[in-house]
Amino acid sequence: MATLTEAPPPLSPTAPTAPTAKPPRKRGRWTPYLLLLPGLLWLFVFFALPMIYQASTSVQTGSLEEGYKVTWHLATYWDALSEYWPQFLRSVLYAAAATILCLVLGYPLAYLIAFRAGRWRNLIMILVIAPFFTSFLIRTLAWKTILADGGPVVGALNTLHVLDVTSWLGWTAGDRVLATPLAVVCGLTYNFLPFMILPLYTSLERIDGRLHEAAGDLYARPVTTFRKVTFPLSMPGVVSGTLLTFIPAAGDYVNAELLGSTDTRMIGNVIQTQFLRVLDYPTAAALSFILMAAILLMVTLYIRRSGTEDLV
Amino acid sequence: MKTTNSGSGDVRLTGISKTYGSFAAVQPLDLTVPQGSFFALLGASGCGKTTTLRMIAGLEEPSSGTVHLGDQDVTALPPYKRPVNTVFQSYALFPHLDIFENVAFGLRRRGIKSVKKQVEDMLELVQLGEQARKKPHQLSGGQQQRVAVARALINTPKVLLLDEPLGALDLKLRRQMQLELKRIQTEVGITFVHVTHDQEEAMTMADTVAVMNAGRVEQLGSPTDLYENPNTTFVANFLGTSNLIEAEVDTKSGDDIVLKAGGGKLVLPESRCSAPTTAGGKVLVGVRPEKISLTHADAAGEIPEGRNRITGRIANSSFIGVSTQYVIDTSVCPEFEVYAQNIDRDARLAPGAEVVLHWSPAHTFGLDAAQDIDAGIQEEAAL
Amino acid sequence: MPFVNWLKRHFVVIAGLLTLAYLLLPNVVVTVFSFNKPKGRFNYQWQQFSTDAWKDPCGVAGLCGSLSLSLQIAVWATIGATALGTMIAFALVRYRFRARGAVNSLIFLPMAMPEVVMAASLLTLFLNLGAQLGFWTILIAHIMFCLSFVVTAVKARVMSMDPRLEQAAQDLYAGPAQTFLRVTLPIAAPGIAAGALLAFALSFDDFIITNFNAGSTVTFPMFVWGSAQRGTPVQINVIGTAMFLIAVLFVLTSMVIGNRRNKQKASS
Repeated sequence: MATLTEAPPPLSPTAPTAPTAKPPRKRGRWTPYLLLLPGLLWLFVFFALPMIYQASTSVQTGSLEEGYKVTWHLATYWDALSEYWPQFLRSVLYAAAATILCLVLGYPLAYLIAFRAGRWRNLIMILVIAPFFTSFLIRTLAWKTILADGGPVVGALNTLHVLDVTSWLGWTAGDRVLATPLAVVCGLTYNFLPFMILPLYTSLERIDGRLHEAAGDLYARPVTTFRKVTFPLSMPGVVSGTLLTFIPAAGDYVNAELLGSTDTRMIGNVIQTQFLRVLDYPTAAALSFILMAAILLMVTLYIRRSGTEDLV
Repeated sequence: MKTTNSGSGDVRLTGISKTYGSFAAVQPLDLTVPQGSFFALLGASGCGKTTTLRMIAGLEEPSSGTVHLGDQDVTALPPYKRPVNTVFQSYALFPHLDIFENVAFGLRRRGIKSVKKQVEDMLELVQLGEQARKKPHQLSGGQQQRVAVARALINTPKVLLLDEPLGALDLKLRRQMQLELKRIQTEVGITFVHVTHDQEEAMTMADTVAVMNAGRVEQLGSPTDLYENPNTTFVANFLGTSNLIEAEVDTKSGDDIVLKAGGGKLVLPESRCSAPTTAGGKVLVGVRPEKISLTHADAAGEIPEGRNRITGRIANSSFIGVSTQYVIDTSVCPEFEVYAQNIDRDARLAPGAEVVLHWSPAHTFGLDAAQDIDAGIQEEAAL
Repeated sequence: MPFVNWLKRHFVVIAGLLTLAYLLLPNVVVTVFSFNKPKGRFNYQWQQFSTDAWKDPCGVAGLCGSLSLSLQIAVWATIGATALGTMIAFALVRYRFRARGAVNSLIFLPMAMPEVVMAASLLTLFLNLGAQLGFWTILIAHIMFCLSFVVTAVKARVMSMDPRLEQAAQDLYAGPAQTFLRVTLPIAAPGIAAGALLAFALSFDDFIITNFNAGSTVTFPMFVWGSAQRGTPVQINVIGTAMFLIAVLFVLTSMVIGNRRNKQKASS
């Protein structure tokens, strides 16, 4: 024996003994950086850098004709907020409503595909994904037909006096559904439902079916089994599903534009108008910056609270 | 270290070690595997046996030391330049290639064009000629295992490394494959280095076994040698079962040592004691359960002279067909194990009966008492 | 009450199928209205059956041009994002390097950012640089937001891959390049394909980011958006229906082929 060291340290379960867990060999130290470089450069130049430009634009003053200068004019933020707070509020409320609706509507379907569909599983899965391949704008326009004034849907809701209730709540206006908050939320829910169903399905599908039997065997009724076993185990799916629904819904302006009216404008509409029509770049940049900050803040808090960090 | 012939195909590990941070997976170690032998590295999980194997394969870089294949120093060679092939744990068959292409993989990488004949012959050797065009997942565990062996052997490596190759098979199939691998090894004459945690497997297949524990080789030798003459309590307990008794050296007479244990005297041949013996010093006395005969206390007079004896009471007995296993409460050890062949069953040998245990002094071995008496006892018996 | 019991037992199935109906209803409407013959400029009310639009899908000025532009952009964006994303995914799973956390956030953030924010900030950059808005700015934007999705898809597949397979290849005389080409890439292929498909769908259907960064170039979603203001031609529904059918047929055939292959394997 060559250099014999002292007694070996006790074997602990954390000791890296499993060969599969070992880092790759040292050869080609620079390989990972070469692999990362083009993609990360792309993301940096066209994602991170624009954020910085936007932040700088938001504190500039000037006009299109005379050009813009950084003047640290923070009042832009204050003006933007005080003028457009209703649209901000609306975005959050509509997105929250759509997220909750997506969860309520999406959960049974995800559950159905995961546990009850049997040989129909693949077909239902295709039917959930396939609409993706029709332009979402065309599908959103179809809601104009479905919710049309005097159409069958509105007629049925009217007969059942549902519209009386929703009108009283301020969700619809008289005999109309189109051009009301209800129509916008309905469109948002529709558009982002698959983003809720897919992560829910993924986490439900991982649940061992025998857990249901075990819960039943241990005197849990079906509702209790769901509450105490299935739902807690599907939490990762619920968390990523709600995020994947809420974030794009809060920034969306297509549904509010196509299905809503001037009274249902969301913050996305304002940013779009300021940027592409009014050409007030500082205000638009400030609004966009506030939206980004608000969403990042909410997402961080939400992930902290729900304790699921492995979303990627 | 054993070197039967310093032939050109020996695997020589010199001062080889592997550390991860402050954890030493393999302590500096010298080992020579003679050409053409079936060599087993035996030990519990985490003892460093797989790391040692992977250092021979080139899949792990040693922290110190060298690996030689014959006269060639291969320490710095990447795995794809070493004339060594591995049968991986859980086989690592390429799922996207069929059996034929899996087996042909190594030949094709070395630029051999006409592989058909060779691959077919190899599949014939492992009795899988019919399955050539199937994908790995369509085969049973035993068949996959044979593909893994064929895929490695077809390259006629200088050494074939087997990393727990039978771990994923059920007991019956494992027995069958043990004989099969042994047959193949004898047929092709290539050096096999086999890593396993299953002591029975190591003993059935290997010519030489190295028992590893905590990153070092505890003992190296033929299966019989290791079983009959363990040098450490770890080997005594890890290979089969041993009854170990603490005893005190009393006198020496000729080639034998006389020991005192629990008021009685035991005789131990000095040649079978690996520990230093001075009068009054402590020694661990060991004896295998199947070497012991059991006689009811009433018939104690019939026991021949010159045998080591201990008295006790049967605490428990379990009948397992070919033998009956007794646990006996004795003055020197509360759980003495005795395996008795079911030739003439004495109906009096039931729990509660007073008995005399006796065995030939030649079957006794002595160990250094400074060791942990329970080292190597497996909590869960790995099948 | 047997009916209530039946309802209770099948609650999940009924609720799930209702949701499915909600998801598919617009596609049904799109299909039905592709056979409409509207009176005015807008195709929102049923008038009478007609196959005119199906006979002349390119009959509206600019529609087929925008469609082919969208397809071109989607193909190039898919190629770009898949190549860059696959490289990142391999680096993330297979290597250790500094600033791993920062890299992960840079990849995660585009997926957690409202499109309108990315769209607006990218436009700010292009305006500041004085870039000419059009095909290239759209392509750059599409590669940017598809990249993260490709990374996620490929990473999942590469992570589930047994590292022993690559070690086995090395053990069998395959050098690093051979190992990658013969073993790693074929096994990672389904993940790469999934990422590419996702990138294609995302790019082809993107509106918000494109709308900001297209200048006067018109992609298919932008054409639909514009027509929602000016008048919706029936041909839009024809294209929408055709896309849906092609997608379903594509998936169904690949499934049938997969099934047949499995059966063949089982019987032989």
